[in-house]
Amino acid sequence: MNAAMSSNEPAAAMQDALRAAGTQAQHIGALWNGTLVLCTLVFVAIVVATIVAVWRAPRADAATRPDTTSLEGPEHRIWRRVGWATGAAVAGLLVLLAGDVFTSRALARLPLRDAVNIELVGHQWWWEARYRDGDPSHEFTTANELTIPVGRPVIVTLRANDVIHSLWVPSLSGKKDLIPGRTATLRLRADRAGTYRGQCAEFCGLEHALMALLVHAVPPADYEAWAARQRQPASEPADPVARHGRDVFLGTSCVMCHTVSGTPAQARTGPDLTHLASRQTIAAGMFPNNRGYLAGWIGDPQALKPGVNMPANTLPPDDLQALLAYLETLR
Amino acid sequence: MKASVPLMPMLTLALALAACEREQRPTHAPPPASSIGNPSQPAGAVARAHDRYEQNAYAVSQGKTWYRAYNCNGCHAQGGGDVGPALMDATWRYGADPASIYATIAYGRPNGMPAFGGRVPEDQIWQLVAYVRSLSGQLPSSVAPSRSDGLQAGKPEARREKEKIRPEPPSNPGELR
Repeated sequence: MNAAMSSNEPAAAMQDALRAAGTQAQHIGALWNGTLVLCTLVFVAIVVATIVAVWRAPRADAATRPDTTSLEGPEHRIWRRVGWATGAAVAGLLVLLAGDVFTSRALARLPLRDAVNIELVGHQWWWEARYRDGDPSHEFTTANELTIPVGRPVIVTLRANDVIHSLWVPSLSGKKDLIPGRTATLRLRADRAGTYRGQCAEFCGLEHALMALLVHAVPPADYEAWAARQRQPASEPADPVARHGRDVFLGTSCVMCHTVSGTPAQARTGPDLTHLASRQTIAAGMFPNNRGYLAGWIGDPQALKPGVNMPANTLPPDDLQALLAYLETLR
Repeated sequence: MKASVPLMPMLTLALALAACEREQRPTHAPPPASSIGNPSQPAGAVARAHDRYEQNAYAVSQGKTWYRAYNCNGCHAQGGGDVGPALMDATWRYGADPASIYATIAYGRPNGMPAFGGRVPEDQIWQLVAYVRSLSGQLPSSVAPSRSDGLQAGKPEARREKEKIRPEPPSNPGELR
């Protein structure tokens, strides 16, 4: 991604369960539509029955008493009517149950040949993504933004580091919880290129609502190019200012939590920054990734996202500018 | 006797409000108190500075998070000691008071303890100090962590006996440690 593009506002990402962009979301969308139709029919039937009952009810005014003769005798054909209503309710529920079962079977039938394996770890309040591969030299780590190939299945292995989180990318798939000490898997496939927004869907603390995940579905060739770039370590900055920024990075608190592969910074407490400038957003989808927001974020993260574990960094202005120049070289 | 009727609820409320402070989560770090941990600082000022952390359960639990995140357990294990000395026992080479532990973390000590000052922010060092002291039971059980996120053998910090601190006995000259 070029600098001009990364300094723009991030493209509005779709987060819409009703507009499926993947086969799994399509099945879930079909189940939703079926449920909606059936429940609408039931609702209309009940409203019509209520209106008819009110319309046929005995009328009265100040002078005449209501005609209540029909209330005195036993109700006409009561067993047949209750039987019909019960039968209709059971049949409707059975249809919904069958829809559930068939949807869940369809979800399990996603072909998994040639799948992309991603291990997604939930942290308070960001996502760590490790792209797994049989060949360890092909593995890499990124954060808060996934890139996946269109048309290829993706197996997401879900783990949590601190508390329970939940992954929900409505345009691609259903929800699944990330539970500390357990491993879950979510299988999905994007069939349409685009950027889809996901969200932590299980309350996980102060900034739960601001824990977003962007999924970029791109053509397979673009994915391979992206992955090849992500596997590269950070290159030595050519510019002396950026080189000074690298020294600031390695000499202050940044190095205690973040990784920039190819440098001594290898800590795993915060997001991997090796290719920070290739991401559209910072702080788990909260702000566009540009120099201004980065400077604000480094200087006082608590002002932007109260409760976040990143400490404030009071750097001299020259050091901060150099650090920003260095971070912008991490493409 | 009539005055004592509102006294009980007031007292309960006062106690409840006092208890809130142990869970208070300041989202802004306090302004850097320069030269804390400097041995020339009057003892009273240091005591006030670390009290803020040692009476706050959130600060101690953050200290526990940093203890793992900054790989203290790489040398000190879960307090039992490994390459570095044990932190959960009674013997302390360089002092067990908060100012000494702060100095140990910030400025380092001979034979391997690195200096983390300048890399770990000051308030996080104080949180680490509070947690390190909880390892040997120096903090009240209402503040020390009572459970661990991961597997941990032995009692949680909140249930440990308070170790009676003593300086480490001088080792034999020439003995390798």
